[in-house]
Amino acid sequence: MIRYAWLIPSLPAVAFFLIVFFGKRMPRRGPEIGIAAVFGSFVISLIILWHFVTGGEPATSSLTFLDAGSFFKIEVGQNVDGLAAVMFVVVTLVSLVVQIYSTAYMEGDRRYTWYFAALSLFTASMLNLVIADNLFQLLVGWELVGICSYLLIGHWWEEKENSDAAIKAFITTKTGDIPFMFGIFVLTIAAGTANIPEITHLAETHHIATGTLTVAALLLFGGAIGKSAQFPLHVWLPDAMAGPTPVSALIHAATMVAAGVYLVGRLFAVFAASGHALAFVGTIGSITMLIAALLAMIQDDIKRVLAYSTVSQLAYMVAALGLGEEGYTPGLFHLFTHAFFKALLFLGAGSVIHAVHSNNMSEMGGLRKPMPVTFWTFVIGSAALSGIFPLAGFWSKDEIISEAFKTGHYPIFVAALATAILTAFYMTRAVLLTFFGEYRGHGEHAAHPHESPPAMTIPLVVLAGLSVVAGVVFGPTGLFHDWVHVGAAAQKPVDYGFAAVSILGALAGIAVGYRLYARWREWDPLRRLGPGYVLLERKYFLDDLYLKGVVRPVQYRLAAGVYWTNQRILDGMVNGAGWLARKLGIGVDVIDRRAVDGAVNGVGFSTRWSGGLLKYAQSGNVQRYAVALFGGVILLAIGITVFR
Amino acid sequence: MSAQEFAFVLVAVVGGIAALRLVTSRNVVHAALYLVVTLAMVGGTYLLVAAEFLAWVQVLIYVGAIVVLLLFSLMLTKAPIGRETLDNQQRGIAALVGAGVLAGLVFLIQDYFAGKKIVLRPARTAQVGTAIFRDFVLPFEVVSVLLLAALIGAVVIARKEEAPEAGPERRVPLIGRRERVHR
Amino acid sequence: MTSLLAATVRLPFLLFFGAFLFSCGVYGVLARRNAVLVLMSIELMLNAVNVNLVAFSGYLRQLTGQVFALFVITVAAAEIGIGLAIVILIYRNRETINVDEISLLKW
Repeated sequence: MIRYAWLIPSLPAVAFFLIVFFGKRMPRRGPEIGIAAVFGSFVISLIILWHFVTGGEPATSSLTFLDAGSFFKIEVGQNVDGLAAVMFVVVTLVSLVVQIYSTAYMEGDRRYTWYFAALSLFTASMLNLVIADNLFQLLVGWELVGICSYLLIGHWWEEKENSDAAIKAFITTKTGDIPFMFGIFVLTIAAGTANIPEITHLAETHHIATGTLTVAALLLFGGAIGKSAQFPLHVWLPDAMAGPTPVSALIHAATMVAAGVYLVGRLFAVFAASGHALAFVGTIGSITMLIAALLAMIQDDIKRVLAYSTVSQLAYMVAALGLGEEGYTPGLFHLFTHAFFKALLFLGAGSVIHAVHSNNMSEMGGLRKPMPVTFWTFVIGSAALSGIFPLAGFWSKDEIISEAFKTGHYPIFVAALATAILTAFYMTRAVLLTFFGEYRGHGEHAAHPHESPPAMTIPLVVLAGLSVVAGVVFGPTGLFHDWVHVGAAAQKPVDYGFAAVSILGALAGIAVGYRLYARWREWDPLRRLGPGYVLLERKYFLDDLYLKGVVRPVQYRLAAGVYWTNQRILDGMVNGAGWLARKLGIGVDVIDRRAVDGAVNGVGFSTRWSGGLLKYAQSGNVQRYAVALFGGVILLAIGITVFR
Repeated sequence: MSAQEFAFVLVAVVGGIAALRLVTSRNVVHAALYLVVTLAMVGGTYLLVAAEFLAWVQVLIYVGAIVVLLLFSLMLTKAPIGRETLDNQQRGIAALVGAGVLAGLVFLIQDYFAGKKIVLRPARTAQVGTAIFRDFVLPFEVVSVLLLAALIGAVVIARKEEAPEAGPERRVPLIGRRERVHR
Repeated sequence: MTSLLAATVRLPFLLFFGAFLFSCGVYGVLARRNAVLVLMSIELMLNAVNVNLVAFSGYLRQLTGQVFALFVITVAAAEIGIGLAIVILIYRNRETINVDEISLLKW
């Protein structure tokens, strides 16, 4: 059966095309195809997981897609080991649940059919990334995941802020993808192959220089920073809440953001071979988990609380991987358990939003009575996220915390413990504000809240069940460790001393949360933090920094420059030359004057002025571009001939 | 000069002149007919280098299908006559670039391939078929998917928009309007 | 066909022919206003490539060149189909298929 693992990504991919072409003709306008396909994938995933439960061996196979002789070849293949099998189950299960949930949530949407097509493609891309046995196939899945998240975040693109959020997500993750791609190049050239098992083998047997591996690992981690929303590229994830809530669940639990962590896990040998890379990974993880947990404390939008909590939990996994071999299994175990309860929390939040037509917790409250199923499942999810014994989050989180201490990574230990407390605190706050007290909805859309239809509550119950049992079944029994481990790191028994510490931390967080938020107050008690609150409210000013430091200068200067240019193209060359001379004079004059005021202005102006030189690039006439293209080729050819 | 070379020069000269007329003629329909001549002559060169399967494919697909398609689109669009309407302002620089490309290529070919000869061995259709279906199956399948996509795409693009159906107004989802990000 | 067996053709002949067709195509793409004529010129360039592929296929005694020439023909058919569909759509919307009048994509 394991030979047919390639069916897992193929089924949703086929479903995508079927939905696009025939979806609207179907009696239920599309979702049944996607659900059937992903259910098939889920069943195959379970069979493959069973193969590993019964002690099966990993299997790799590939066929050549493009062969350029000894120089280079690109393959498509499958690399199925315990990690991949676990990821298959997680991705297909979450996707299945999300699709079923969406049939009710998206009822009556303008692009209902397209939505399900995109969900199928999203799932297929992620599964392709998981199954990939070489870096280029992985890159294809990686980029497809990016484009699908762009499509789905911007699903309601009629509103500017939604399409802005989609663009922001795409460009921010793309920033990380550039080093990622170079990392792939470095690794492929250094190893002489793009095949992941071979690279792992070469890295483990020290056939690649450590320095090269460090560079490759750091570059690759750049991609993970972008995709898994780690500091400093975490800014896109909260804005990605603009998408439909089930999409958020999918992005946060199984697909998009898990890709970065999965990448580090998949190429762990490359990271493990370099102490510097591991230290960097651990540092980024520790920073991110703290700042994200702090941000989650003050959000009013329930989805944003969950978004920052995702960033923070992903940082847990990243930091765990940064511990080295000991942290490998706990980190990926957390990825596994987190998928269930984070999907649960998002779908629960979606159910609430569906009922009250608002994202803001200040307009919720008192929903415990009208929405009992949502309430109880949400509480279970929150408790699991906070790490309450014996729910799923406890087992994975506790392992990370104790491993961090035992391997002597005290900064990571402190950060993880502090984050655990903060997590319990903000989840308590979210639960109290949403479900307790009086209903505070008002305004035109303040409907009477009601429980969601079964298509939405059944997924919640299923996920809640999994959030309860996933930890205790797979963690202390050593099952997960059998599938996913690296090197000689043995399964360790649960250390109840540390367990007590982390549970006490969580309880402390809950107690403080209860103390502050048991009664609804218009004025958030956290405002007492003063300047600290402002800092959090403005998200450490990172968005402002990016906007003012990167986006604006490029956008305005370049745009202004290009605009100038077009004004000039009409006047022709002669005027252009004169204008150039005049502009040069003014430019020199201005730079001269501004040099006194400060070099900053000068830099800005010269950007604008050089933008002015780009004028011929923007005539809009294709043939003019073509002349430049062919003329350029000729000039290059002449240049090469002459100067060779 | 062997007989093949003589025949080849003849074919190439006809094809070349037709190609030149194709890009300079003032009548679009004439241009299309010159295209037929050029394509047929290219097919002829295939025959002369013993690639007969390719030659027939060339005649069938290019001369048979693509030119007909081009003629149809000329019929469906306005086809004015005259240099000013058919050529744009940058004819001079275009000629310069074209000549530059030609000069560069001729220089390159002279430099590397002067005196090299092709020994003609007919490629049987069966051999071509074997090559396609053994060594190049995957590209072949991909190309077939591409063709299908192009077929559907062309239909979708060129189809006239249907008038919007009269009927009950489409439901606008509440969530779509309400759920939003607060900055 | 047997008479062909021992015969030879000089490689540069074919390559010059291809180069000439390609240059004509380049000129056509750059200088023609009518979109259909531009497409025809592109066909010319593709044919030039095919001539080269076939020439080298014979020179290197491999069939790969011919197979790829077949692929090029297929892709050309796809391209012309899509291209003409776009041309007709543009004509329907804008009453012109002059390439230099379709310059919306500027700042």
